[in-house]
Amino acid sequence: MRRSREPFFWALFSSGGMLAALVLPAAAIYLWVARPLGWVPAATDAELVARFAPVLVRLVLFVVIALALFHWAHRFRYTLYDGLQLAHLYGLIATICYGGATLLTIVAAWVLWRFP
Amino acid sequence: MNPAYRPHHPKWHRERMPIFWWLGRISYTKFITRELTSLAVGYAALLLLVEIGALARGEAAHARFLRFLAAPPVVAFHLLVCAALVFHSVTWLNLAPKALVLRLGGRRLPDWAVVSAHYLAWLAASAVVVWFLRGGAA
Amino acid sequence: MPLAVTTGSTGTAGAAGATGTPRGPAAAAATATVGATATAGATGTAGMAGATETIAIEVQRYRPEEETAPSWQRYEVPLRRDWMVLDGLNYIKDSLDGTLSYRWACRMGVCGSCGMMVNGKPVLTCATYLSALAPGPVRVEPLRGFPVIRDLVVDVRDFLDKLKSVKPWILRSEDKPLADGEYLQTPAELAEYKPYSMCINCLLCYSACPIYALEDGFVGPAAIALAQRYNLDTRDEGAAERLDVLSQHEGIWACTFVGECSTVCPKGVDPAGAIQRYKVAATAEWWRSLLLPWGKASRSAATGDDRGRSPSRSAAAGKEQAEPRPAGDERSRGR
Repeated sequence: MRRSREPFFWALFSSGGMLAALVLPAAAIYLWVARPLGWVPAATDAELVARFAPVLVRLVLFVVIALALFHWAHRFRYTLYDGLQLAHLYGLIATICYGGATLLTIVAAWVLWRFP
Repeated sequence: MNPAYRPHHPKWHRERMPIFWWLGRISYTKFITRELTSLAVGYAALLLLVEIGALARGEAAHARFLRFLAAPPVVAFHLLVCAALVFHSVTWLNLAPKALVLRLGGRRLPDWAVVSAHYLAWLAASAVVVWFLRGGAA
Repeated sequence: MPLAVTTGSTGTAGAAGATGTPRGPAAAAATATVGATATAGATGTAGMAGATETIAIEVQRYRPEEETAPSWQRYEVPLRRDWMVLDGLNYIKDSLDGTLSYRWACRMGVCGSCGMMVNGKPVLTCATYLSALAPGPVRVEPLRGFPVIRDLVVDVRDFLDKLKSVKPWILRSEDKPLADGEYLQTPAELAEYKPYSMCINCLLCYSACPIYALEDGFVGPAAIALAQRYNLDTRDEGAAERLDVLSQHEGIWACTFVGECSTVCPKGVDPAGAIQRYKVAATAEWWRSLLLPWGKASRSAATGDDRGRSPSRSAAAGKEQAEPRPAGDERSRGR
């Protein structure tokens, strides 16, 4: 019997979920709530660019973004299957979710590679 | 014998799953809410990417992005996103001991130990993230 | 021969005739006034507080020879302090309406026969107090997720097929000769799989699982927990064989960790935990077989053939075995 390809996507989903659980809340609250509301000192553009320029930082950022996207793809796919009973659109949903995640991952790679 | 064969019994009653089955019980609704936090995770990844892209395009682009972030409806929306991300973290870490069975010296680690270790890791990771964003790595 | 179907008060003739109830004549007299002041002396509950109270049980009936869709029927049943929902159903069948069909056996929570939906939750009716559901009415429906044959009786063949497909028995390439003695196992090794061995196949988890109701091919919580019970048993060598069944899309991957299965399990089996652990193990094995394909566990995947290992396991595609299984003594000792 042919083995399913699911373990591949599940591995991405679970590592993405763990990474997102550990780092995203702090980053989101800091960047998108505390910073606009002035609770933390704003950094200048030059400082931000310098902060995100190192290769290691961009690599970590890429891994976080890519895994978070595939976490979304896998989970949302099953949410559509079960929550809206769209399992008969199996191929279409898989293409949109994983295809979308792949596309955005490529965009992320390109943006981060060329940064700044 | 074909394992996929299911005898057809026209008189047996089969109940259809309603489309909104997940509203039928609180536990199901909590489950779907948890699953929908994946949208917040994907959104967060994208917003990070957008800011990086704006930074790369120069001061004007980034200033536009920061103005977008500061708009009150956007802040309100991002508060929801943050709440969803925290809900994702809490539900994910609470379920960690179900998937991860660790043994130390032949005895299985109790659930509370595994969960506490994960929460500590969350705290540590958050501290590192904030330290980095404040320029600590410079 | 159809009996007069009644609610509330009753024909005692109907009751006595239908089931040959073993209860005494006093009970027959008592049933004539169900809902009124039944003294209940015959059933040994004299003097019990609440013996004159009744509770309404609404049962989902389905009689395929008469109707095309299920209907509800309401019965008034004495609310005795020590009665379970099952006692209420037995009272209905003995005294009110002998046509009611349902399954039960041990009445003490070990056989797994009496699973039903009570007020929308899958429970063992022999383990659910009527008084806990007062003032009622108590809605009793057949287990969700299974085709209803009649009244509260469902067809569980889908589960049985899926259970068989995961081979819930000790699989070994070679059995130890009897002269070598028994297989030794430490308490720690036993503790590894013991919770999963407590499964009584009551199917409450299948009822609670929305995925089982939505996905035709999902193997389901109990089957996976039982597969894990054997995978984690040190005497078993069949993990790779079971992986072939479970690693298909519907095997375990349809599970999205709703977790309701573990919540409703009356024996503390924690099938959700079993499935999540299995996902981790299966993923690790998938990656290992991808990156290190020469390993032992990938043999069955590579050849797609597990028949060569032992004559007792030539049951490919559900064919029955001809010869007795050498591991038969393990199997006959139960799960």
